Amino acid sequence: MKNAFRSDISPSEITSRTLFESRRRWMQGSLASLATMAIAPASAKSRDGKDFPVAFESEKSEFSTAEKLTTYSDVTRYNNFYEFGTGKEDPVEQAHRLKTDGWTINIIGEVHRPQRFDIDQLLRLAPLEERIYRLRCVEAWSMVIPWIGFPLSKLLDLVQPTGNARYVEFISLYDPEQMPGQRSAVLDWPYKEGLRLDEAMNPLTLLTLGLYGEILPNQNGAPVRLVVPWKYGFKSAKSIVTIKLTEKQPATAWNVSNPSEYGFYSNVNPQVSHPRWSQRKERRIGEFLKRDTEMFNGYSEWVADLYRDLDLSKHF
Amino acid sequence: MRDTPRPQRLRVGIDTRIIWLVSLIPLITLCGRGMMGELTANPIEYISKFTGWWTLFSLLLTLGVTPARYFFSMPILFPLRRTFGLITFVYATIHFLTWLVLDQFFDWTEIALDLSERPFIYIGFVAFLGLCILALTSTNRAKVVLGSVRWRRMHKSVYLIAILGVTHFYILVKSDVWEPLTFGAVLFLLLGYRLFLRLLNNRR
Repeated sequence: MKNAFRSDISPSEITSRTLFESRRRWMQGSLASLATMAIAPASAKSRDGKDFPVAFESEKSEFSTAEKLTTYSDVTRYNNFYEFGTGKEDPVEQAHRLKTDGWTINIIGEVHRPQRFDIDQLLRLAPLEERIYRLRCVEAWSMVIPWIGFPLSKLLDLVQPTGNARYVEFISLYDPEQMPGQRSAVLDWPYKEGLRLDEAMNPLTLLTLGLYGEILPNQNGAPVRLVVPWKYGFKSAKSIVTIKLTEKQPATAWNVSNPSEYGFYSNVNPQVSHPRWSQRKERRIGEFLKRDTEMFNGYSEWVADLYRDLDLSKHF
Repeated sequence: MRDTPRPQRLRVGIDTRIIWLVSLIPLITLCGRGMMGELTANPIEYISKFTGWWTLFSLLLTLGVTPARYFFSMPILFPLRRTFGLITFVYATIHFLTWLVLDQFFDWTEIALDLSERPFIYIGFVAFLGLCILALTSTNRAKVVLGSVRWRRMHKSVYLIAILGVTHFYILVKSDVWEPLTFGAVLFLLLGYRLFLRLLNNRR
């Protein structure tokens, strides 16, 4: 079903989520009294973002999970986005400084048709769809998030990678004025990420412009980010300004920061232990008991083939 | 018979009950935030970090008592060493239970793997065991039973525990090491002060 989102039409998602959140609040309320952990009354607050400006396919995609969504409040208030500070709630407090007007994304490197796109062009570049993905953070927590975007492959097809292109590098905005976290050298700024070209072309890899029926909130990586659901969250670069196709494997932020702990691939893998977090289990945000972490975050069916010749304990 | 006013007791010490009351403030704050739903989307992580922070903070306060006592020539500060030490133990216990109950929920397999695979976990665990022993032997009676010399030697292990505690924090954080380094710098000063005095005494 095509869903034209205008202010006078109330999108079906809003109702279902509100209902869902009230149920969740009720359930967690009873847990809270047990463990003195109450759930934010803030989650009762309605959404504060802007409705998604163009139509998108909201019928469930074959790649979407049917699992319970993480609340809008948790998705937009609990973020790792070190450009705005290392605290989990720093991004929601600081991200208002980010100016997304006039944003462009530059596609360069090993491509036949290097090109610069503004957000309006991106919104019309390919059919947009809602994808409900699991997100697994390397810190052993996870969420379920309804993103809006289109497969990155559509964009790459348009710029036509050359025969030399083997990797895709994603570079995030560098501007300490807008991103106060960049004044501190916790990472080597700007934030850079990378994928192998075949990973980037995988239909799961989503160039993302929205979530929960809204345009991306700043703290979630506005105006355009990547979502690679079978890899740890930090692989999904936020607030991207440049996409560069390269012949050599690009340096990536966390790998540079600590190569023994964060590999280039960083596929979700319960068998590869991390010195600080057990990767065998994860806590789904909003739940008390941990659950088992699945290989490739449960996306093996689509991505396991990419790594059949790779020793994943070495190339973690 | 008329009530005669009781002779007022001369207070030369600090009433440690006041210190205990003050030490509850962070805990009450935490409960308050819990009830207001202000423990973020991941309350267990928040509680863990919060109680760990206050454990280290009170541990450094404990180690600060002796230097402060000499520096300000205030012997009345002396009993605070034990009070702060026990407060440290209380926060460490809550921190430990957060891991055991809230985080792992008695999943013994995961707990065993956590202890064997993760350096920061076993360093923290050893430090906690050390604190338990010091807390158990913190009574006046224990001091008598053990003998003053042995008791003092035993309780010197608090320096090692503090080093383990700060190391535990340092290797846990991902890349923003500012906070653990600050704790480390304060600890360095507190231990350096003692080392300095010792060298000075040896020279005489």
